[in-house]
Amino acid sequence: MNVKSVNVKSEVVAQIQQVAQEQNKTLAPLTDDLALLDSGLDSLCFAIVVVRLETSLGIDPFSSDDARFPVTFGDFVGFYENAAK
Amino acid sequence: MIAAGGSSSRLNVGAEGDASWGQLAAGSVINEGHVDLRGRSVLLAVVSQFTAAAALMQLDGLARRIVLFPPDMSRDHLAYAAATAEADLILTDDPTVEAVDANIRCVRCTWQPAGRVLDRQTQIETEWILLTSGTTGVPKLVVHTLATLSGAIQPGASSAVWATFYDIRRYGGMQIFLRAALGGTTLVLKNAKEPVTDFLARAGSLGVTHILGTPSHWRGALMSNATGRIAPQYVRLSGEISDQAILNQMHATYPEAKVVHAFASTEAGVVFEVKDGLTGFPQDVVGSNPQVEIDIEGGTLKVRSARTAFRYLGANAPVLKSADGFVDTGDAVDLRGGRYSFVGRQDGTINVGGMKVHPEEVEAVINRHPEVSVSLVRMKKNSIIGGLVVADVVLKKSPQPADSNVSSLQREILQFCRGELAQHKVPAAINFVPNLAVAESGKLIRPHA
Repeated sequence: MNVKSVNVKSEVVAQIQQVAQEQNKTLAPLTDDLALLDSGLDSLCFAIVVVRLETSLGIDPFSSDDARFPVTFGDFVGFYENAAK
Repeated sequence: MIAAGGSSSRLNVGAEGDASWGQLAAGSVINEGHVDLRGRSVLLAVVSQFTAAAALMQLDGLARRIVLFPPDMSRDHLAYAAATAEADLILTDDPTVEAVDANIRCVRCTWQPAGRVLDRQTQIETEWILLTSGTTGVPKLVVHTLATLSGAIQPGASSAVWATFYDIRRYGGMQIFLRAALGGTTLVLKNAKEPVTDFLARAGSLGVTHILGTPSHWRGALMSNATGRIAPQYVRLSGEISDQAILNQMHATYPEAKVVHAFASTEAGVVFEVKDGLTGFPQDVVGSNPQVEIDIEGGTLKVRSARTAFRYLGANAPVLKSADGFVDTGDAVDLRGGRYSFVGRQDGTINVGGMKVHPEEVEAVINRHPEVSVSLVRMKKNSIIGGLVVADVVLKKSPQPADSNVSSLQREILQFCRGELAQHKVPAAINFVPNLAVAESGKLIRPHA
């Protein structure tokens, strides 16, 4: 599971960096307590990241009716790690 | 004319400005020489919402026509909008806006608390022209008046403080602007560059009681840690489909507030509000309001009321109302268990965070790429922003290019789209497919959801 969660995190980071590059956004250092809205990406960018991660990881942790929304980068990764378990 | 409200109620747009409604109406928006606005068609292309609000207060009843050019619309359409609306003048606060035609004067516009007072003795019924995006990328000009725009506005408590994420140059924001200006209540508007955290903090410090936005605005707010900065009594979502997840989230975030979602469009006006906290709308909404007739025969929602727009402007403009006065919203609905749900647009229009995307416009760009044979652009549901644009693309050569080339060609097509299209219209993903389904009519078969 440890190996898997490392992979999930690195995939999330890779997709965020890819989208930031495509959208010409300057990305803040991705620390766990970074607020997503301070990351340099807007909600359209995160929407694209979620679509790409659904393709690469096969999960969308925000799609259920009782889903909550992540506030920090750490929350965001955590949603994927939990869903991948 | 828009009557000025009570003396203590005001418009606050943060750094852009703050003034009471009375001050706004009494100030001046024209800062150069003699400009006669009476009976003119005036295109308003200002960046500042504060200035736009002041100009609207002053122009209604005086100008023949006010054209509201949204700040996020490409300036490439300015000349088309001005010509179609037979504009005599362009009012702008943007030095980069120049006269688009030798016959159309460009006048600088900023609000000043005192200045030349316009002669408002004779009042005429001004046409208010709102712009929406059209199939080919060229905007449609939708004709309203103050009466149609304010048709859904009921008198409310003057102690209310309204706030919205919407821009007042679009229908949703216009509703809130008129509600506050006509009702004499304070209104807090977000300026385009302002972070959501700052906006919510400002709205909270001004005591906001009623706040409105699209589900995507609210998802963005939930992703900030600033939702606790406001304690509203009333929260409304509209402009996109409100799914159960976002409604549940809003209830959980503001347990004391009335959380409602509403259905409205620039053409059809305000149609209904849903108060039971569930997605879609109950069957008995149809026929419940004698002022708004709803017809769902044929699968799309059609509306007849005094709130609908009159027509589109322009020589080859499409028909806005049927002969019996109904406006077809184009929103397909499906009845199940006594409740209607929205299942997409009949014409395939995609709603990305409250902004319309016409698949044909995106397909036309993709199809210009030399390696593309044909493409189909469709909506992909998204939990963050409601819906996103994705494209299925058939290539001219080898139906499935070798794996190593796939991602570079996908990137190349996306790059091409970014150069030609607004950010929300660029596909989030490109899928290469061997072929696309074609109907007997010879047209691509479009999914309706």
